[in-house]
Amino acid sequence: MNALDQTSGHTVAHGASEGLPSALEQSHTYATHRGRPVRTEPRAVRIVLTVIALAFVGLFIGLPLVTVFYEAFKRGWQAYVAALVAPDALAAIQLTLIVAAISVVANLLFGLVAAWSIAKFEFPGKTFLITLIDLPFSVSPVVAGLVYVLLFGSQGLFAAYLQAWDIKIIFALPGIVLATIFVTFPFVARELIPLMQEQGTAEEEAAISLGASGLSTFFRVTLPNVKWALLYGVLLCNARAMGEFGAVSVVSGHVRGLTNTMPLHIEILYNEYQFVASFAVASLLALLALVTLIAKTILEHRLAEEDR
Amino acid sequence: MSSRRTFLRAGLAAATALALSAGAVAAADITLLNVSYDPTRELYVDVNKAFAAEWAKSHPTDTVKINQSHGGSGKQARSVIDGLEADVVTLALAYDIDAIAERGYLAKDWQKRLPDNASPYTSTIVFLVRKGNPKGIKDWDDLVKPGIKVVTPNPKTSGGARWNYLGAWGYALKKNGGDEAKAKDFVKALFKNAPVLDTGARGATVTFVERNIGDVLIAWENEAYLSVNELGPDKFDIITPSVSILAEPPVAVVDKVVDKKGTRAISEAYLKFLYTPAGQEIAAKNYYRPRDEQVAAKYKDKFAKVDLFTIDQVFGGWQKAQKTHFSDGGVFDQITGN
Repeated sequence: MNALDQTSGHTVAHGASEGLPSALEQSHTYATHRGRPVRTEPRAVRIVLTVIALAFVGLFIGLPLVTVFYEAFKRGWQAYVAALVAPDALAAIQLTLIVAAISVVANLLFGLVAAWSIAKFEFPGKTFLITLIDLPFSVSPVVAGLVYVLLFGSQGLFAAYLQAWDIKIIFALPGIVLATIFVTFPFVARELIPLMQEQGTAEEEAAISLGASGLSTFFRVTLPNVKWALLYGVLLCNARAMGEFGAVSVVSGHVRGLTNTMPLHIEILYNEYQFVASFAVASLLALLALVTLIAKTILEHRLAEEDR
Repeated sequence: MSSRRTFLRAGLAAATALALSAGAVAAADITLLNVSYDPTRELYVDVNKAFAAEWAKSHPTDTVKINQSHGGSGKQARSVIDGLEADVVTLALAYDIDAIAERGYLAKDWQKRLPDNASPYTSTIVFLVRKGNPKGIKDWDDLVKPGIKVVTPNPKTSGGARWNYLGAWGYALKKNGGDEAKAKDFVKALFKNAPVLDTGARGATVTFVERNIGDVLIAWENEAYLSVNELGPDKFDIITPSVSILAEPPVAVVDKVVDKKGTRAISEAYLKFLYTPAGQEIAAKNYYRPRDEQVAAKYKDKFAKVDLFTIDQVFGGWQKAQKTHFSDGGVFDQITGN
């Protein structure tokens, strides 16, 4: 973690910003004051608290993460690679990537549009819309999946119509994408709305009054202003889209090599006693989490920089 | 430029004609979906391979791919009802296929279309215990002793669990000369010893063998053997009770789907393959009891002798058993206090 802070602190320093209270500088300050009791708590209390905190993180996050990779490589590289290139695993990885790509693009567009209209305009039902965007956070993913089954299943509301046109939604790609979009709905919009609201409409008004068109104002003023927040939202959205289990499980139908995403495939492998293969696929998701974490840290620094 | 385009167009037309004429001689890419229950994953991987080879003998130009979907039997039936396009269903019990038939997906007399109640293989319910049988479990009676932790899935969602439940009930009836009240007390005591109810048979097995919970797992015979083989004979013993239930997992072609997809012939051939000596051998190798007498004789050492009763004899069939025991407010709900 410390290494992370250092690299991003470095980047920021190059960005010619001053007085940044980065972890790096703070640790320097602490180092020079070492031995002088700046804080009131006795040393023992500090050590105990730090140890407890580290033990917690280690036990609940570090240990499982290490276990994933340990189990994945238990029988060596060959077994690990073999598990990842197995046809069902490849199909699961491919499906996950497709689903994530579609959901991220959909939510990127939706998030931008929603945040833009909410932050820059006044209209009736605005508060209601904001509440609605948050709904997926408070609804269990399983319920979300079931809702789509009730709507698009053979016994569902649109059954007759879908059957007449031979359109398959549930237990096929569209259903999995729908369920994933539902659970990842708020990520982009939620990142953008507060930032856009804070920025207000002054810059856009200036651009328009100088003769810029609406579209060019959006691409040259609004979008650059929120680009880091947007990336941050996309990142979280992608991580969730790839990792979603509950909602996808309900609408998947669990057809091997066809409608199993990576999380579902991991469960199947585990239930088939193929522990190495199961953890090998799981390690990909763990890697994704690590990459997300690193990118997130970098983006957070960028965001902090923009705020200044 | 224009000549090149004409050339391309002609080529495309020729290719299309070729594809169409090829279709006329019945060369086809056939994809079937077999929607099954939890423990049959390994069985149908083997069956699919053998059947594809068999089909290729008579249809050399076809390419056959059989997809598999597995889960708790009741849940899988629900998925088919909700639109999962299964060409064939191979579920844990007849009631679940009945439920699909009730929605008009297949003829209600489906169970008469194939021999042996449409169940090409059978199984029974046995106990899996820790190596050396430290709690000395020998028969159903030992499961209700105080302090014994029993692992079984939930009869509401798992087909296997319903067989477990009915196996215990049938044993208690037999022991107490048909006294229903005593059977009820017996099963109640048994579920009192089973605090965790997983949704499917495989989940329950994982709870017992991987998470090390419980003293005894009530399981499908095939599932018990699979666990022992996969995880080492040094860890578990299989205990066959004195009396158990003859579990008949049935198979059926889903009429509505195969007629729409045009896959009836191959789907029916697929299910019939299960009854052939080759199909029966695969079943036996995967620890399902074969129906075919010759194959059964060949593998007789593989399966312990046990006094088996059928659901028709003791419970008057699945419809009745389901209604009495597993419907909302039924006996299972009463004894578990729901």
